[in-house]
Amino acid sequence: METRTGKARPQEGDGPGALRTDALRTGPAPDGQTADDANRHANHDATPTGLDVHVRQAGPIPLNARFACARGELLAIVGPSGSGKTTLLRAIAGLYRPKGGAIRAQGTAWFDANAGLWLPPQARGVGLVFQDYALFPHMDVAANVMAALPQSLPAMERRAAAHALLARVNLTGLEARRPHALSGGQSQRVALARALARAQSCLLLDEPFSAVDQMTRERLKRELADLRTTMSCPTVLVTHDLSEAMTLADRLCVLARGNTLQVDMPGRVRLRPASAQVARLVGHNNILEGVLRAPAADAQHGMLTWQGHTLSLANTGAHAAGDAVALLVPPEFIVLHRRGRPSQGERENPVDGTVRAVTILGDQSAVRLEVGADTLHFTMPTHAAQRNGLAPGERARVSLLAEGLHLMPRDPR
Amino acid sequence: MDWTALTLSLQLAGLTVLILLPLSVMLARWIAWSGGRAVAAIEALVMLPLVLPPTVLGYYLLVGLSPGNAIGAFFATLAGGPLVFSFAGLVLASLIVNLPFAVQPMARAFEAIPQSVREAAWVSGLSRWQTFWRIEAPLAWPGVLSAAALVFAHTLGEFGVILMVGGSIPGETRTLAISIYDKVQAFQNEAAGLMAGVLLAVSFAAIAVMHVAGRQRRQRMAPVAEF
Repeated sequence: METRTGKARPQEGDGPGALRTDALRTGPAPDGQTADDANRHANHDATPTGLDVHVRQAGPIPLNARFACARGELLAIVGPSGSGKTTLLRAIAGLYRPKGGAIRAQGTAWFDANAGLWLPPQARGVGLVFQDYALFPHMDVAANVMAALPQSLPAMERRAAAHALLARVNLTGLEARRPHALSGGQSQRVALARALARAQSCLLLDEPFSAVDQMTRERLKRELADLRTTMSCPTVLVTHDLSEAMTLADRLCVLARGNTLQVDMPGRVRLRPASAQVARLVGHNNILEGVLRAPAADAQHGMLTWQGHTLSLANTGAHAAGDAVALLVPPEFIVLHRRGRPSQGERENPVDGTVRAVTILGDQSAVRLEVGADTLHFTMPTHAAQRNGLAPGERARVSLLAEGLHLMPRDPR
Repeated sequence: MDWTALTLSLQLAGLTVLILLPLSVMLARWIAWSGGRAVAAIEALVMLPLVLPPTVLGYYLLVGLSPGNAIGAFFATLAGGPLVFSFAGLVLASLIVNLPFAVQPMARAFEAIPQSVREAAWVSGLSRWQTFWRIEAPLAWPGVLSAAALVFAHTLGEFGVILMVGGSIPGETRTLAISIYDKVQAFQNEAAGLMAGVLLAVSFAAIAVMHVAGRQRRQRMAPVAEF
C-alpha cells in the first residue's frame, strides 16, 4: 500500500527518479571491498541469525527484491518514490503479504509462498517505526512503550523497562505526556522506543526522519548512529534521502520499480555502481558512453574511446574490447589543470573543453564543462575556480583520473 | 401521565441500544476500513431509513412481518408469536429504523483512527481482539457514545413506524409518543403536555451527551503544538 497519506514527496528540484545527493562526498575509495568484506557479506546470506528477504510478484505492486541483513547490521533500502521501499518493509513486518517469495528471520520462516506460510505481525517480534510514528493518541508516553512489551510481564517490570527504553532514546521526564503534546522529534523518539521494545528479531525504520525539521533530523541521525552500537538485531532503514542512507548504513540496497539493482557497501555503490541506472539513482551526472578498445601491447591499461579522446582505464572489469559501454566519472576524479603550472596527474587522460556554467554554492563551485557533445559536472573550491579564471565560454583542461573511471553495461535500449 | 407508556418507551429504547450497538460497531468498522462497491451499497442501504417516510417503512415492515408470509412466519416461530402488534415486533422495527443513527457516528469515529495506528498495535504484539479493546474502542468511544445517545432519544420519539407496526396496545405497543397522540385525540392536553415535556428533557440530555463526547474526542485526537 504505497498510497499512504503522509508519504514524503520527493524534494523540490529533484530530477525524475533522482535521489538527493547533498553531503555525498565520501572521498576517493574505489574498490574499498577487501576479501574479508566479501566473505563477511557472502556469509550474511547464510547466517541463520539475520534477516533474509526474497519477495517477488508481478502486481499490483511489481516486486522482485532479494537482500539479507545480518545481526547488528544496518541495511538502507534506497530508491525513488514509488519504488516499493515501504511495501518491502511492510512485508517484513507482516502487514503486506506478497504473492511470491520467502522471508526468514533468525532461521525461522515468516513467509514462504510455496509452503503457504504466513506469520501475522503479532508473531514476528518486529519493531517498526512508522513514517507518521503512529503513536497511540489516548495513551501517555510510558503506556505507548509498555503496550509493545510482553503482556506476560508484571506491570511494574514493564513500566521499568519502558522507562529504561525511553532513557535509551534520550527521552526522560516526559513519561506522563500524551502524544499530542510532543514535538516531532519527541514523537519520533517515543516511536523508536516502542519499536525497540518489540525488536527481538529486527528493527524496521520507515522514513523515520522525514517528518521533522532539518536540525532535529541531524540530531536524531547522530543519536541513531550511537544507538546502533548497542544493538544486536538486524536493522532495515527505508529512505529516499541518499545522504541519510550513506551516513547511517553499513550496506545499501538500491531499489527501482520493485527490483533490487545492487546491494553493497555505500562507497562501492557510489563508486562502483552495477549499472548506469544505479549510478543515476545515486546522483551521478557524469555517465558517458564510449567504446572499449583492444588492449595495448603492454596490456597494463584498458583503453576507451570517448568523444574523440582516448582514455586509459585502471580496470575494465568483465567488459571486452569492442564493447559499447557506459563510463562513470565521479566528480572527485576530475582534476582541473592549473594555468601555467603543472598539476598532479596532468598527463593522465587530459581532456579539453569549454566552460558552460560556474555556479557558486558557497566555498565550493559547481562547474559544467562541455566536451564534444557531452558535459562533465564537477565541483571545486570557489577560490580555485576564480584564480583559474573559470567563466562561461573559457577553455579549460581537466584530467580524468584513471583509478576513478568505472565501466558499466549500457542501459538496454 | 401514562407511566406504563413511559416504562415501555424506556424498555424499547434501552433494548434497541443494547442490541443495536454491538451490531453497529461491527458494521461501522467494516464500512470504515473496507473499500469497494459493496461498502458503498451497504452504506446506502443503512442510510435508507433516514430518508424514507416512517409510514412507508412501517408499511413494508407491517406487510413483511405479518405471519401470512414466509419472513413473518419465520420470525413468528423465532419470537414465539406474531411480530406485528407486539413488543418484539417494535424492537425489530426500532432496530431497523435506528440503523443510520447508530452506524453513521460510529463509522466516522472508526474512520478517524489512522490505519497505521492499528498496524502499530498489531506489530507491537496486540491481537486483533486486544487492538479492538485497547486501541480502537477507547479512540472511537465518543462516537459510540454519540450513537447510543442518538439511538436512545430517537427511539423514545419514534412515532410513525411504531404506530404502523404496533398500533396502540396499552402495555404492549403504546409508547410515550403514541400515548401523547392518543391523549391529544382525547383532549387530555395536560397529560399530553407533561409527557411531551419528559420527551423534550430526555432528548435535550441526549444531545448534551453527544456534544460533550464530541469535545472529548477533539481533545484526544487533536495534534496540539508543543507549548
